[in-house]
Amino acid sequence: MPPPRSIQRARIHPLGDTALLAELGSRLDTALNTRAIGLAGALRKRRDVRQAVAGYSSVTVHFDPDQATHESLGAAIKRLAAKRPKMAVPGRLHRIPVVYDGPDLAEVARALGLSVEAVIAAHVRPIYRVFLVGFVPGWAYLGPLPEELELPRRHIPRTQVPAGSVAIAGRQTGIYPVPVPGGWHLIGRSSVRLFLPDSDPPSLFRAGDRVKFFAARAMP
Amino acid sequence: MDRFAHRAANLLAGNSPQEATLECTMSGPHLLAEAPCLIAITGADFEPRVNGAPAPMWTGVFLAPGDRLTFGGRRSGARASIAVGGGFEGDRWLGSRSTSIMAGRGGMHGRTLAAGDALANASERPAPAVAGRHLPAGLRPDYSDHTLRAIPGPHVRRLDPEGRRLLFSALFTVSREADRMGYRLEGPALATSGEELLSFGLVAGAVQVPRSGQPILLMADHQTAGGYPVVATVISASMHVAAQLAPGDTLRFLQVTAAEANRRRLELSAALATLGSV
Repeated sequence: MPPPRSIQRARIHPLGDTALLAELGSRLDTALNTRAIGLAGALRKRRDVRQAVAGYSSVTVHFDPDQATHESLGAAIKRLAAKRPKMAVPGRLHRIPVVYDGPDLAEVARALGLSVEAVIAAHVRPIYRVFLVGFVPGWAYLGPLPEELELPRRHIPRTQVPAGSVAIAGRQTGIYPVPVPGGWHLIGRSSVRLFLPDSDPPSLFRAGDRVKFFAARAMP
Repeated sequence: MDRFAHRAANLLAGNSPQEATLECTMSGPHLLAEAPCLIAITGADFEPRVNGAPAPMWTGVFLAPGDRLTFGGRRSGARASIAVGGGFEGDRWLGSRSTSIMAGRGGMHGRTLAAGDALANASERPAPAVAGRHLPAGLRPDYSDHTLRAIPGPHVRRLDPEGRRLLFSALFTVSREADRMGYRLEGPALATSGEELLSFGLVAGAVQVPRSGQPILLMADHQTAGGYPVVATVISASMHVAAQLAPGDTLRFLQVTAAEANRRRLELSAALATLGSV
């Protein structure tokens, strides 16, 4: 079956003179993300492309301005994006133990009108998808989060979130790999090492991987 | 940060343009030559001196063993590049000798240089070197002109017409929150509309507008993904000027076309080509 027409069109926007943003859609959607990852992979094989990075539903393409223009590469991207996507290979599955004792857990439960136990049960239920890796080294955007856990970000972000914090915001969840400022709600902790500076790629999670959390009593 | 100065310094020292150089922010180091070497200093002007006498910038300079390279005050710019013939040795990480402080990798074991460090040559036999070659004054960047040329970004329509007018006309000031990741700018608040964006891959030069309305200009060590609207992207041929801005400096964005960006990029390439292969 051909993909719905709405996701066949790629919208091309310049990002300066040596990059462009190809938008495939604007929804948090596994099928769109699979297409973005596939398109980035196809673009990386081109000689005029220096790097292609898949976002949730877009691809950021760094190109060689001596070999390509926004127009020439944009036309090629539209042709590639219109092709039927290959069957996606299922990503690796990671099982991650979490101690659910985050500083925001009680507040999150109250705001959602759920018990703490129900929040934990909902968070461990899905197998999450790694939509993209980026922001800071080792960070992976995971989702979709169950609807009953959906909350806007904190009004005032924390100036420093400890590494290993398991957090939720909107329809997303993630683990802070390094201490950074952050506005997500902290519901737990994990001792898993996400940023692996001496590995290639230097991140445990890769776009398209799957992640299953389970509740642990203490940090292993 | 300033890739033009970095490449020019390498070419003047007889290197290929991608060898490691020292990036000196806001002031320069005191260096002692332990072996004869050819060096070049480019970028910001921190009053370089060899054995106390003023040393020319954008010029290949021979140092004999025992010569001292020192710097005075900051005359212009924010970052000077120092290259040495044969290049500086350093740890490689992700295919580069650049230092990542956050990761603690690359360069001098992932850290800034400290007094007492010994810097080695990357290659044992430096290419035949000629001192005195220089980049002609007319081809050196004018770092005092803080006009950053920029192409409208993917989300420029999230600004209302007044916001778009302000973006490409108002003066912005580099705030104290300015480092190799990016510069938070102070100036008129730019109001954006629309729903939160899904995160996407970012580039150096992107001008992001968070909900505060105070834009952030992303620089060399920028985060790789983000979800704030990108209302403009500074062109590659203006990024060396952006790299020389310090907190308190004012700048303005000038809207240009991709064709003009390309023309200016080729001009910079041609200037470097006068120093050898690029």
